[in-house]
Amino acid sequence: MADGPVADVLLRRLEAADGGLDSAELAAELGVEHQAVVGAVKSLQALGEIIEAELRSTKRWELTAEGEEIAREGSHEARVFRSVPPEGLAQSELMRLPSGKVGFSKAMSNKWIRVDKSAADGPRVFRVVDSMEDDVQRRLQLVRGGQAEKLAEKERSELRKRKLLTEVGSWRDRPFKPYNFSARGVLPDSGHLHPLLKVRTQFRQIFLEMGFTEMPTDNFIESSFWNFDALFQPQQHPARDQHDTFFLQDPAEALQLPMDYVHRVKRTHSQGGYGSQGYKYTWKLDEARKNLLRTHTTAASARALYRLARKKPFTPIKYFSIDRVFRNETLDATHLAEFHQIEGVVADHGLTLGHLMGVLREFFTKLGITQLRFKPAYNPYTEPSMEVFSYHQGLKKWVEVGNSGLFRPEMLLPMGLPENVSVIAWGLSLERPTMIKYGINNIRELVGHKVNLQMVYDSPLCRLDAEPGPPQTQEAA
Amino acid sequence: MPTVSVKRDLLFKALGRTYTDEEFDELCFEFGLELDEITSEKEIISKEQGDKKAEGASDVVLYKIDVPANRYDLLCLEGLVRGLQVFKERIKAPLYKRVMPNGEIQKLIITEETAKIRPYAVAAVLRNIKFTKDRYDSFIELQEKLHQNICRKRALVAIGAHDLDSLSGPFTFTAKRPSDIKFKPLSKTKEYTACELMNIYKTDNHLKHYLHIIENKPLYPVIYDSNGVVLSMPPIINGNHSKITLNTRNVFIECTGTDFTKAKIVLDIIVTMFSEYCENQFTVEAAEVVFPNGKSYTFPELAYRKEMVRADLINKKVGIRETPENLAKLLTRMCLKSEVIGDGNQIEIEIPPTRADIIHACDIVEDAAIAYGYNNIQMTLPKTYTIANQFPLNKLTELLRHDMAAAGFTEALTFALCSQEDIADKLGVDISATKAVHISNPKTAEFQVARTTLLPGLLKTIAANRKMPLPLKLFEISDIVVKDSSRDVGARNYRHLCAVYYNKNPGFEIIHGLLDRIMQLLDVPPGEKKGGYVIKASEGWKLFYHNGYQQS
Repeated sequence: MADGPVADVLLRRLEAADGGLDSAELAAELGVEHQAVVGAVKSLQALGEIIEAELRSTKRWELTAEGEEIAREGSHEARVFRSVPPEGLAQSELMRLPSGKVGFSKAMSNKWIRVDKSAADGPRVFRVVDSMEDDVQRRLQLVRGGQAEKLAEKERSELRKRKLLTEVGSWRDRPFKPYNFSARGVLPDSGHLHPLLKVRTQFRQIFLEMGFTEMPTDNFIESSFWNFDALFQPQQHPARDQHDTFFLQDPAEALQLPMDYVHRVKRTHSQGGYGSQGYKYTWKLDEARKNLLRTHTTAASARALYRLARKKPFTPIKYFSIDRVFRNETLDATHLAEFHQIEGVVADHGLTLGHLMGVLREFFTKLGITQLRFKPAYNPYTEPSMEVFSYHQGLKKWVEVGNSGLFRPEMLLPMGLPENVSVIAWGLSLERPTMIKYGINNIRELVGHKVNLQMVYDSPLCRLDAEPGPPQTQEAA
Repeated sequence: MPTVSVKRDLLFKALGRTYTDEEFDELCFEFGLELDEITSEKEIISKEQGDKKAEGASDVVLYKIDVPANRYDLLCLEGLVRGLQVFKERIKAPLYKRVMPNGEIQKLIITEETAKIRPYAVAAVLRNIKFTKDRYDSFIELQEKLHQNICRKRALVAIGAHDLDSLSGPFTFTAKRPSDIKFKPLSKTKEYTACELMNIYKTDNHLKHYLHIIENKPLYPVIYDSNGVVLSMPPIINGNHSKITLNTRNVFIECTGTDFTKAKIVLDIIVTMFSEYCENQFTVEAAEVVFPNGKSYTFPELAYRKEMVRADLINKKVGIRETPENLAKLLTRMCLKSEVIGDGNQIEIEIPPTRADIIHACDIVEDAAIAYGYNNIQMTLPKTYTIANQFPLNKLTELLRHDMAAAGFTEALTFALCSQEDIADKLGVDISATKAVHISNPKTAEFQVARTTLLPGLLKTIAANRKMPLPLKLFEISDIVVKDSSRDVGARNYRHLCAVYYNKNPGFEIIHGLLDRIMQLLDVPPGEKKGGYVIKASEGWKLFYHNGYQQS
């Protein structure tokens, strides 16, 4: 370290000295730059509690050329005063004196002289007092004698303003260090939005740009009926297992269900109908009443579609939602017990799989994802179903980015939607694209109370279509 | 999604050609499968238990293939090969036939004691089958896959396969007191009572998961042959006596369960898959099951069903324009033998017993789309005209959170689920006063309740960030949940805003100022007049002050 020898000397001197050392004196004594001593102090301070240092500033003053003259000859106002004889002097004559202009106004404000404007040959200046003290000269002489500290701060600054006094080594004469543009600046104090919710804002924006209306999803508690049965998900389906879903102990059961509709759902599950074979099992109302923490926002979509079905005549809709869902799953680097689901739904006459793919293409283009392909898949409540894959440049492979399909007639027809109305829908998680975007491999670093706030402070704006995310090192499932 | 593991070379041999990994991956993708992993037994052991243990293990290449959860016909090598070969039009889908035996039909008699525990049973015989090591392994593996999936971990259906030649029918499916059941189970050398077995299996990593199905019942289900030999004690274990081996030629299969439909599907799948190795390929010998009410049924059902779908419906749902003939060809490639009939627009589709997943015309539409190729479908935009609206609560939330950040506060995102302690004890509140909803099956204390306040989440965020420079200024706008009997589910969300200021000094004026700022943003004036806001002291806040600010 460059400061090494100076720091050594500094420590040794400090040990010997009582009451500390003056860095400037030390620098002079050692014959080094003052900055070298300051640097040594700073690096010793950085090591912890080794030395104590305090900032002291000392100022030295000297006279300007004009100040020198005044110390020698007296202030301009004193000189003006002395030029005025007891019988007075014409103002025009006085103004021609070397100190005239400056001295006149100061002497006036000191009330040493007065002007008689009514005098016969023009304004005439008279003395007001017999004698005066030239404080300015006296003070400047003190400074010249090295006793500037005897002056009050106010007096010094008065003299400095009159350019009679100057600070020795003022910034004007100092060499300046150039700005270090490769160093970091000081960040402003500010609040920050959470990165996951910044991405949520963008997804909302995309849906709104595409004309999708936001569904109410502010009900984390849902009945099994709306979460599963309404979606034609059979009562023995693994997702309804205790291992996958959080059921409620209190309130354990839904208080009200739309019973007419419930009966149609029951019949469709147990016996079929609407062109379906059904699942042929004994459907139980008790099972449908069981309350749970919703496992998908599709429960809210089912409620929204049911409300739509009850409005006659049918009007086409585009809906979306982004909200929390809950799974009683084993937690790992990419799975938490709660996450956000993004869902889009379009209901209209004669929608096709081709329409679904077209809407998905537009949606993902807005996310900056243009290379898409579609894989047949199985979802209990959509048929046909498609998984959406996009080509990931970083991973050099196709990764799943969403799930989609046409809702099954067994779900839509019991609600009362017209037979020729199709409903296309797709969903994805909010966390996964966010993790890819911000290069986060462990979901716990993104969501929950254990996140590092520095990550929140540092996260950039979310412009999904603008920049490719950093390469992802681990696949988020 | 179930994953089926098959030996690559065996698969290619059965498919009659080889593929590069990429080619096979592509084929899977097109068909709706996913080549999840390429590995070997050695690699798996080495990954799980270290290289040392893997020494000497087989390094035959394995393909792990993800199969859609409703395609039970693709859960073994035999089914995968058949599905892919028909898809590629290299073979025609086989016709599965149930035949009556030359001699007497095998009978399974159900007694009424089973009614309360496992009321259904179905059975069939695979006659003159020829096992090899690979076929045998696949047969066992398929049973396991079915048990894990459609059988819901044996709760709905359990499968038993037996060497018929070691037994003598008719068979009786009954239920007995556990102490009265005694037999030598699979891979044990002596007899145990059912009580003893349940104890022994408590430490068995595989079987312990099934014990709960019958554990606390007074009677356990059991199947005997006419000599009193135990075939099985479903859904736990088979008897050792009738164990099948590579030399077994005649297999008696019984499926017992609580779901009749699923038991029939499971039996159909097993016999359609493995009748391939019978002397008369794809034929299955019938068995008779007599129910307690005296009615008797013949199984397997192996029912073929005819469905009629109009070609224009398929075209309209998929968004393509194919001729009825082409659509029929596409469906035939999905093992759904189809032909155009009637006015030339009707397609008659035969649903084979292997395709229990086809329950509606929409399932047929999907298969046509898969055979057409999802990625060949023309993408179009629907003409649906709509005006977008934001959900008002979310609109306000979005506006407010931006201004909270502008006020210098940082947004936290905390969990909606937490422990009872978090919302009650730690805040000095009685849990009964919180009106919290309680979760019945949390795996850990972190998921006991839904939060009734955002405060614990913010305090925990601060606790986890004590290394950060002070002050910490946090906020969250999110939902909490409380019981509410006026709602259909008996609970509702409320949107809350919570903010915390954390520093070495209390700084109440800062959080107070933030509140004033929020009210300003919401255009609510201070003071009691004209619907303005006032702040009043309360016990809860004093407590919050104590817990929240004084830690430093």
